[in-house]
Amino acid sequence: MISDQAKKEIDFWVKKYPEGRESSAVMQALTIVQKENSGSLTDELIKEIAGYLDMPVISVQEVATFYENYNHKPVGKYVIRFCHNISCMLNGSDDLISYLEEKLEVKTGEISKDGLVSVKKVECLGACVGGPMCQIGDQYYEHLTTKKIDEILGNLK
Amino acid sequence: MNEVCFKNLDKENPASLATYELTGGYKVWRQILNGELSPDKILAELKTSGLRGRGGAGFPTGLKWSFMPRNQEGQKYVVCNSDEGEPGTCHDRDILRYNPHSVIEGMAIAGYVMNATVGYNYIRGEFMEPYYRFEEALKDAYDAGLLGTSIKGSNVCFDLYTHLGAGAYICGEETALLESLEGKKGQPRFKPPFPANVGLYGKPTTINNTESFASVPEILSRGGKWFADLGVENSGGTKCFSVTGNVRKPANFEVPMGTPFSELLELAGGLKKGRKLKAVIPGGSSTPLLTAKTAMKMTMDYDSIENAGSMLGAGSVIIMDDSTCMVKTLTRLAHFYYDESCGQCTPCREGTGWLYRMLQRILDGNGKSDDLDLLMSVQEKIIGNTICALGDAAAIPVESFIRHFRQEFEYYIKHGKSMVEIDG
Repeated sequence: MISDQAKKEIDFWVKKYPEGRESSAVMQALTIVQKENSGSLTDELIKEIAGYLDMPVISVQEVATFYENYNHKPVGKYVIRFCHNISCMLNGSDDLISYLEEKLEVKTGEISKDGLVSVKKVECLGACVGGPMCQIGDQYYEHLTTKKIDEILGNLK
Repeated sequence: MNEVCFKNLDKENPASLATYELTGGYKVWRQILNGELSPDKILAELKTSGLRGRGGAGFPTGLKWSFMPRNQEGQKYVVCNSDEGEPGTCHDRDILRYNPHSVIEGMAIAGYVMNATVGYNYIRGEFMEPYYRFEEALKDAYDAGLLGTSIKGSNVCFDLYTHLGAGAYICGEETALLESLEGKKGQPRFKPPFPANVGLYGKPTTINNTESFASVPEILSRGGKWFADLGVENSGGTKCFSVTGNVRKPANFEVPMGTPFSELLELAGGLKKGRKLKAVIPGGSSTPLLTAKTAMKMTMDYDSIENAGSMLGAGSVIIMDDSTCMVKTLTRLAHFYYDESCGQCTPCREGTGWLYRMLQRILDGNGKSDDLDLLMSVQEKIIGNTICALGDAAAIPVESFIRHFRQEFEYYIKHGKSMVEIDG
């Protein structure tokens, strides 16, 4: 179920677009609902969004499966999105991703046993001068080292 | 250095309205609201300035604006492309974080010139810090009465909104961005019709990159000629460059067009101790790779980089030293385009996967002797056969990496390992 609070947040976005163009808010609607549902979407929620924005379910489904940031399987409480594109790679992102996998005993794409963290390799996040870098929630973490990763993981509770 | 988009970087609270106004911000906008600056005068200054689209294509901004049917009845739109995602590029992020008002003012001016009363800034979904900064600036601009309806008692109206993406490189392509803004999959449209005639919601629309909009207020404030003279012939003004990869201090720099590449490299701290320059991608991962020798002779402007065999692109300079394995690097780029192809055109959808899988096979030590010819043949069949430039962008690295470093690829295929000795 989409909460009233989420509906209020979706309405904030709907107002930005001309009348009759409510579907422009679908990307944010998916983002808001996903956040509320512990980081992933379900068919049921997608249907509900379609109903709320008066869109065909298939159109919402298309958007939900086209963009990278929507998850269709459960994820950890925190998703570590690690950039492995060229600028980060040239500065050692591969080694750091391996370090993270060993430390958390997970492979990228999996959730840690305690459900706290999942790791995802992602394409360029547009912070190349700070590479290697990753994103957790809204926050970017740049110039990463094994020491910094330890610190970041220590703060995830 | 840092004269236009980054001019507030060294100030306290660079993103604030107070700082922006203290350094001449909204001066041009106020002139417009006072009826002191006509659209034709603005277009003339922009043409004199030589400003070309900073997103990668380099199309003259003034000319682009003049394509809009400004006297046509009905709604028209201005859209800012802040979907920065070209690997190696991150200067628009800093413009949004540290100089958001320049983007707001640039977009408002564009709206005035093109008679478009509504603007959207499409910010990539991961850029939450830039998004919050921009929203804060937007609120301050509204509170100061600089945006809205009949602004400051004039007959000028401009409303500006942000839109957030959700992770798709292709949305940096302007018509894919429009589709996305309409709440659809980001798949590029056929052109023509061009957005200036049929754009957002079918209405005339002009899309410019963040840096292009951010440059406009300063150009109009100090004059088109001033801006043009900062740069060189055919490349007016300054340009923000992201210098990344194997340098000691990767960073963003706004320098005059025509700055020697070697100087830019020095600004970024040069190479790490004991390392030699091997290759450079000058304009983001979609632009052709250059060898060290060629790169060291070029200057950072449209013509010089084109003469060197590449493109200025988005100004994303990726430095590779002699510890870089070209097979691994190209495979990584090929994976990126495979991942980001929108799937609409067969040559790109199938070709990018084919390129990636073949390169991965080589990297896994299972390459075959005719793989390089096959790679070259596949990339050739993608180029020019797709609706948008992503197909070309996927093919270009393959062609240029293999052309310049064929020996390295041949070695990998023959021996199943890299010929580059990497420090343990």
